[in-house]
Amino acid sequence: MLSKRNLKAVVVGAMLAAAFATTSAFAQDAGKVLRLVPQSDLKILDPIWTTAFITRNHGYAVYDTLFGVDEQGKVKPQMVDKYTTGADGKTWTFTLRKSLEFHDGKPVTSEDVLASLKRWGQRDGLGQKMYAALDKAEAVDANTFRLVFKDSFGMVVDALSKPSSNPPFIMPARVAATPADKQIDDATGSGPYIFKKDEYRPGEKVVYLKNTRYVPRTEAPSGTAGGKNVYVDRMEWIILKDAQTQANALANGEVDMIEWLPPEQYTALKNNAAITVDNPIPKGSFALHLNHIIPPFDNPKIAQAAIMAINQEALMRAQMVHKELYNSCASVYPCGTAFSSDKTGYFTGKPQFEKAKALLKEAGYDGKPVVLMYPADFALLNKFPPVMAQLLKQAGFNVDMQSMDWPTLVTRRAKKDPVDKGGWNLFITGWGIADNMNPMFYAPLTGNGEKGWFGWATDDKLEQLKSEFLASADEPRRKELATAIQQRVYDTGIYAPIGEYKPLTAYRKGVVSGVVRSPVNVFWNIKKS
Amino acid sequence: MLIFLARRILSTVPVLVIVALIVFLMLRLAPGDPAAAIVGDSGTSENIAKVRGQLGLNESLPTQFVRWSGQLLQGNLGESYFMKKTVVELIGQRIEPTVSLAAVTLVVTILIAVPLGVVAAWRHGGWLDRMLMGFSVMGFSIPAFVIGYVLIWIFALHLQLLPVQGYSRLSQGPWLWIRHLILPSITLSIIYVALIARVTRAAVAEAMTEDYIRTARAKGISEKRVLMRHALANAAIPIVTVIGIGIALLIGGVVVTETVFAIPGLGQLTVDAVLSRDFPLIQGITLFFSVVYVLINLLIDLSYLVFDPRIRY
Repeated sequence: MLSKRNLKAVVVGAMLAAAFATTSAFAQDAGKVLRLVPQSDLKILDPIWTTAFITRNHGYAVYDTLFGVDEQGKVKPQMVDKYTTGADGKTWTFTLRKSLEFHDGKPVTSEDVLASLKRWGQRDGLGQKMYAALDKAEAVDANTFRLVFKDSFGMVVDALSKPSSNPPFIMPARVAATPADKQIDDATGSGPYIFKKDEYRPGEKVVYLKNTRYVPRTEAPSGTAGGKNVYVDRMEWIILKDAQTQANALANGEVDMIEWLPPEQYTALKNNAAITVDNPIPKGSFALHLNHIIPPFDNPKIAQAAIMAINQEALMRAQMVHKELYNSCASVYPCGTAFSSDKTGYFTGKPQFEKAKALLKEAGYDGKPVVLMYPADFALLNKFPPVMAQLLKQAGFNVDMQSMDWPTLVTRRAKKDPVDKGGWNLFITGWGIADNMNPMFYAPLTGNGEKGWFGWATDDKLEQLKSEFLASADEPRRKELATAIQQRVYDTGIYAPIGEYKPLTAYRKGVVSGVVRSPVNVFWNIKKS
Repeated sequence: MLIFLARRILSTVPVLVIVALIVFLMLRLAPGDPAAAIVGDSGTSENIAKVRGQLGLNESLPTQFVRWSGQLLQGNLGESYFMKKTVVELIGQRIEPTVSLAAVTLVVTILIAVPLGVVAAWRHGGWLDRMLMGFSVMGFSIPAFVIGYVLIWIFALHLQLLPVQGYSRLSQGPWLWIRHLILPSITLSIIYVALIARVTRAAVAEAMTEDYIRTARAKGISEKRVLMRHALANAAIPIVTVIGIGIALLIGGVVVTETVFAIPGLGQLTVDAVLSRDFPLIQGITLFFSVVYVLINLLIDLSYLVFDPRIRY
């Protein structure tokens, strides 16, 4: 018989053995659970209210769209079964697929679609343009709706398939009735996943369940189009912010996938035989943005001089480190996509210091410092500004590089004041391919002054070209217009690309498969073994 | 005693008012705008201005402060600017990981530090004492995140015994819970072990020079009993005080440790709230920590009654 003391020892020993058992409980799944580390924390659930990418991704999980774009960016019907265009190009009639159902079991109707589009049209830039051109939007019956435009509007299906913020997600009419400037709190959609509100813990975990009643399209998945098949029972977004912790958790099998692998972890994970490093999103780009509302970049010649200082190779090498993770591209659209063009005028992506100096002299640059904002805390961007500052100095600028955290930068870039009152002259940020593959999707491509994106360039010609682009449905004409828009960007010196990068996704080899090629990260079709 | 308690509790009110005012002003005067973060990268200045208006950030500072104070008086800490959740709800979601981490750390610390300090005092000046004090200096000198990453590398990545990150709630099972806390609590406890061991050593070493120790030894009481019943009991007040201060310091320590181990506790919530300029959340968490700090100090004062019966309030 065990003595009291021995019994204690046995119990403690058993407890310790259980606690330290090498078969990790965290590596086992009850059912198929896909655990992935998203690009950031999901704090806002309304993909129409914010343009945050993480909320857009949440939107793709929960909601469906009328149209999608495939991996090449081609528009394909999604919730729409068929559509027709009237002879005048002004009347568009759409019929929804059968069996579309919201997560609460109610059918998706034309009323839901029109309410959702109306809310989106109040918030999204392209949506606002579409609604300005719209004469009426009406339900023909429960499954059919019609859009009638005042004049020809060539971007109807492009707008309805807009892949990035803000995509026109379809919500129940009762949810879409929420004013566009108020955040919704009901995530009922008709998409392939159901948001599990009771398990939603911002900063910790976001849980989605497979929507077992979702009827996917029969086409193969590609981009945001095709069959949205879900092969896992549950998808958990595990919020891990530290790059090292993300990589460790993947290597240890605690998570299955990292949506955006930070470049500093590339070498370690690329050399790990148990990990696949992939890039399902073909590319993204970085750009130098200039403030045109205050001197000196209110003078297009001085803006051009700053753009001539860009050395894409030097900037991208500093930021991305590995040559296989970036490439130069002088087009404002992603190289290799439908609208990219090598007609870039003076801009080559290579430094032209002497020409820049001559332009500065001609424009009468007074030598006052230009403020380059430097987001020191943002690892994805913080190698660029020191290199850019040096390049600008070599081109003849006096540069004041000011260090700040990213939240301060996003606040400060909204200020239109002179630099001595908290304003700014330059900053660098990144964009996804879904944001700049089409001139009407790209937020910084504005020439409407203070109503436009930060930098507030005024260029009536650019706005005119954009209006023509909106009206045209003819592909060759659109290509011409897109090229003309690109040339205006460089002539006015609105902004300039500083290179393209490969967004990396990492997942467990032999465990995760079926990751969809797409302009934005989507999480259907993923299999876990 | 009751008068003492009432006075102490009342004295916390001005402390909390000052904390509230300072935090409120610091947040409003610091750069950064939650509206810009809410709107996102593709949003325009127009959208940012609209959101600022909706959040009430265009109102004057006194108006904003009065509105917030009014809410506070009704027991309402407000709602996060970003998440459609109240500050109380968010704190409630995050309190368990932080309390668990702090509690396990405290237990680990006391179980290691007090015996270490007593042994060092007992062998005062000897090799054991020097070794323990050397360890103590090392504990002070190495940053918690370095210790954290080294432990992760050894026990999680190399030996694969413990998880790299995260937290498992107690309701999911005690073993999963403790597994996730072992590395973080060891990381966090090292500096406190160093602190408390040093104080224990000094307090016990001083007590060992007292006449009653000599008397106890002269009566033939065993050395173990002399140490535990006479020296340690009389050295308890400074040790308890420093443990109390240590608990308060833990509040700061959990921020780093929770970040390294991705524990979704109040420390991470604080960092997130600061980075996104979620003013109601930062204000709520700060006030919550202030109340905890004041309560811990009160409990320490009350514990003196237990350790030294001569003390009366």
